[in-house]
Amino acid sequence: MRHTLALSILLSAFWLVNSGHYTPLLLFFMLASVAAIVSLSRYMDVVDGEAQPLNITFTLPIYLFWLAKEVVLANIVVATRVWQGKESISPRTIEVTASQKTDLGKVIYANSITLTPGTVSIDLEGDTIIVHALDEQSAAGLLTGEMDRRVRRVAG
Amino acid sequence: MELMFDILSWIFLLGGSFFCLTGAVGLLRFPEFFSRIHAASLTDTLGASLILIGLMLQAGWKLALPKLILILVFSLLAGTTASHAMAKAALKSGLRPLDQEEGRRKRERQED
Repeated sequence: MRHTLALSILLSAFWLVNSGHYTPLLLFFMLASVAAIVSLSRYMDVVDGEAQPLNITFTLPIYLFWLAKEVVLANIVVATRVWQGKESISPRTIEVTASQKTDLGKVIYANSITLTPGTVSIDLEGDTIIVHALDEQSAAGLLTGEMDRRVRRVAG
Repeated sequence: MELMFDILSWIFLLGGSFFCLTGAVGLLRFPEFFSRIHAASLTDTLGASLILIGLMLQAGWKLALPKLILILVFSLLAGTTASHAMAKAALKSGLRPLDQEEGRRKRERQED
């Protein structure tokens, strides 16, 4: 029920933001389309904690702020490497352990690695993420495990 | 006040353009596929983000603002997914990152 409600609110907000027309007729269409999509989703059995991970609603924003800071810093490092030329990079493949128990936690971790310039997660097998790093600095930043810890706090 | 927002917005737009340009230069300069992905992610992340933040400042408190935020969120999600999909596809189809490639060549030379 919680997930159905969350999905309805999210879809309505999405419609309101994208529409810009708030006449009674169009608002009725909004309710009708949201009801149709929600019932279809329920019929497809995809309205659950996997599609709407409500438990991370309040912990995720704090992590996203930290991630934004990391992404900006990583951007500056990679931009410097670009202008220094290809002699300044030393590409390497490293393996990091995803200590999160849930699939959601692992996905957030792997996606955060890819979002940060300088590191791309190539493969995830069990608990091991294979990461391609642009240079030693990028690899070392990831190997400290701070990101892993922070993701674990968001989605164990 | 209006002028201040304009100046701030231009700083963000120019900063974003710089990172997009840097991403393009990196794409040409870096030697192989896997390191080029890193250059492309410059354009994806800070390049797109700064340009969109600059546009948000131009938009002000209008309906365009939440739409720009949605564009930012979706482009960040799509960018990471695409980077990962390309890297994985390249690895699965037999393209090896440069360090492993070099290691293999060295081993082969020693065997010879």
